[in-house]
Amino acid sequence: MSTAAPDPRAFDPGISGRVLAAARAEGRGALVGYLPVGYPDVENSLRAVRALTGEGERPGVDLVEVGMPYSDPVMDGVTIQKAGTRALERGVRTADVFRAVEAVTATGTAAVVMIYWNLVERYGAERFARDLASAGGAGLITPDLTPDEADDWLAASEAHHLDRIFLVSPSSTDQRLAATVESCRGWIYATSVMGVTGTRTQSSTLAPSLVARVRAHAPDALVGVGLGVSNGAQAAEINRYADAAIVGSALVQTLVDADEAGRPDDLAGLRAVVADLAAGVRTPAAGGPTPASAATSTPDPAGAPAPATHTPVTAGTPGS
Amino acid sequence: MSAPTQTSARTDDGTPGTSGPNGGEARLLPDAGGHFDAFGGRFVPEALFAALDQLDREFTAAMTDPDFAAELRGLLTDYTGRPSPITEVRRFAERAGGARIVLKREDLNHTGSHKINNVLGQALLTRRMGKTRVIAETGAGQHGVATATAAALFGLECRVYMGKVDTERQALNVARMQLLGAEVIAVESGTQTLKDAMNEAMRDWVASVDTTHYLIGTVAGPAPFPKVVREFQRVISTEARAQLLDRYGRLPDAVAACVGGGSNALGIFADFVPDDGVALWGFEAGGDGLETGRHAATISAGEIGVLHGMRTYVLQDEDGQTKESHSISAGLDYPGVGPEHSWLAATGRAHYEPVTDAEAMDAFRLLAETEGIIPAIESAHALAGALRLGRRLTAESPDADPLILVSLSGRGDKDVDTAMAWFADLDGRADTLDSAANPDPTAPEVEPGEPDAGVGADPVGSGSGEIQR
Repeated sequence: MSTAAPDPRAFDPGISGRVLAAARAEGRGALVGYLPVGYPDVENSLRAVRALTGEGERPGVDLVEVGMPYSDPVMDGVTIQKAGTRALERGVRTADVFRAVEAVTATGTAAVVMIYWNLVERYGAERFARDLASAGGAGLITPDLTPDEADDWLAASEAHHLDRIFLVSPSSTDQRLAATVESCRGWIYATSVMGVTGTRTQSSTLAPSLVARVRAHAPDALVGVGLGVSNGAQAAEINRYADAAIVGSALVQTLVDADEAGRPDDLAGLRAVVADLAAGVRTPAAGGPTPASAATSTPDPAGAPAPATHTPVTAGTPGS
Repeated sequence: MSAPTQTSARTDDGTPGTSGPNGGEARLLPDAGGHFDAFGGRFVPEALFAALDQLDREFTAAMTDPDFAAELRGLLTDYTGRPSPITEVRRFAERAGGARIVLKREDLNHTGSHKINNVLGQALLTRRMGKTRVIAETGAGQHGVATATAAALFGLECRVYMGKVDTERQALNVARMQLLGAEVIAVESGTQTLKDAMNEAMRDWVASVDTTHYLIGTVAGPAPFPKVVREFQRVISTEARAQLLDRYGRLPDAVAACVGGGSNALGIFADFVPDDGVALWGFEAGGDGLETGRHAATISAGEIGVLHGMRTYVLQDEDGQTKESHSISAGLDYPGVGPEHSWLAATGRAHYEPVTDAEAMDAFRLLAETEGIIPAIESAHALAGALRLGRRLTAESPDADPLILVSLSGRGDKDVDTAMAWFADLDGRADTLDSAANPDPTAPEVEPGEPDAGVGADPVGSGSGEIQR
């Protein structure tokens, strides 16, 4: 890539960045799929993360993002909160993350872990890094840990050659964005909107400029875009300007639907959404919106949000 | 036990000499990154950093701006009704072993608690930042009421997040907020209490930060909130220190406050921190007792972790999942604590002990029936702690004439339903209605969980060996 400004050092794609680069070499963007371990229960969550990969039978995600449920997930919207709360009630433990990572990597697909920092700190950053590397994991996405407070994680990820995927936001200053990109290895997680996880119908207008700002600082940096991506058409749109589209809530919603229908082991809904997304990122970039995705039965509650975890208290009946 | 040693070395020197009433040491922390040594910091999504930096800049600028100081001073005087008085409670103190107890009457502030001090300061900052909307979390509802009040006064849009459980046990404050024009959101996620209200407010803020200020009500959360809220609450100790010197010609031997997140406690501690002869005591919500696991005594029984954007003591399980806290007091029902308290505990400058629901409610009734003051149940924890301290100090030094300053952080109107239910239950079990109510200074203490023999005797010291980074 030619640029006037000389790049002081090349961006290190680590392990998971090479997955994004490989998709780019195929002339397409990558697909990153998130599911929490432990939902609907640990065993079924292991089946679900394997299903994300397509298991060699059909196209799947390029990279799996294994989420660890947390009691106080401030970056997550209602869908992932609901799944996480139930997973914790049903007994998921931090160590189950490594089982999920092993289940994914056994299929030949790479896995990263998305986890809130207190859980890592409690497990021990060094010990967590060691066990993640042993399980074949590529690295961590840390929603509430920025490079400012990441000394322990920088050291542990260095020692165990793990990727560290920090978030950048439309509100990031240029100075912070530069510092964050320089601390990342693998790729950079660009949050497409100001908000938390959840499906949205509107495409982000902020994401293209955020990705451009990252590239202006590090032309060879690999960038994934997440928050609000729910179908193949949106994924294809993102991959016109980014290296990967990250999908979470739309996948989790299929498991919630199956769980609430009394069929916690039913992965048909999940497979349908994965197929739509995988087709979306394989749509030739020159084309317009992908008509196929509009016809799928992707659950997309964005237009009519699912009942929130809170309700306004109506006047006149306080506390009743 | 370092406390008796410290308190016996009483400082009678009333001159605001070496440190001064707004004195130096306490202002040295936090550092530029918001750290109180190993505690504090910022563990939040990147999306919030710009807003936190903006708040820090505006706060720093405002604190050196004479116009800001004058406007805040005017509001505190003409709107809140400051300075709040101090009241010596002699009949109540008959249960304190001979110690004298003086209350700092934050219950007499407009809106009924200390929360208004911080809210007015942050509302001025909100306007300074050009934002038009405030959001807040609330437990007991006192901070929500104060925020709704300031929003009305400043013409700001206001939404208050409150755990669903709390909307039920503090229904009066829900109604007050609504009358003030605020939208109250009952949070049904997680444990449906204060911590979940904070999570929900944080999620709102991530999505609305351009126009919205998150008006945090306690000395917790990511930097710079612990510092901002402490400085807006510092007025409590600045006034109280001068009032005690004026009336008694001496500093107190001990300062007592309840600690949930810890804003009233830091407010009444702040100007006394440099006064080495003044012992600082925080009383946490012991719930049913530490041994039951049903409590909110974060420093006494928690471990260091990260919650709500800060490194601090946290009630957490083996994996680091936050544990549910329990307290009869909604305002103390929080599994974290402000990072400066964790630091004060780790350094030994302040001491923290649990007070059970039962002890707090005994003190609640005692104050009401001996002094004609109905305290907030939160503040009743500090009152119970002060009785305990007084007995301990006089038992250790029979000739001592200890003076204890207590933060009466709020009034108890909001708690009447909870209190009536508690006492109906209690009086149903004990057969005479009056036996628990009438203090008899000659009667032996029968309160369960008497601290000198129990867990309370070994407060934060036990945790300080675990301080690590």
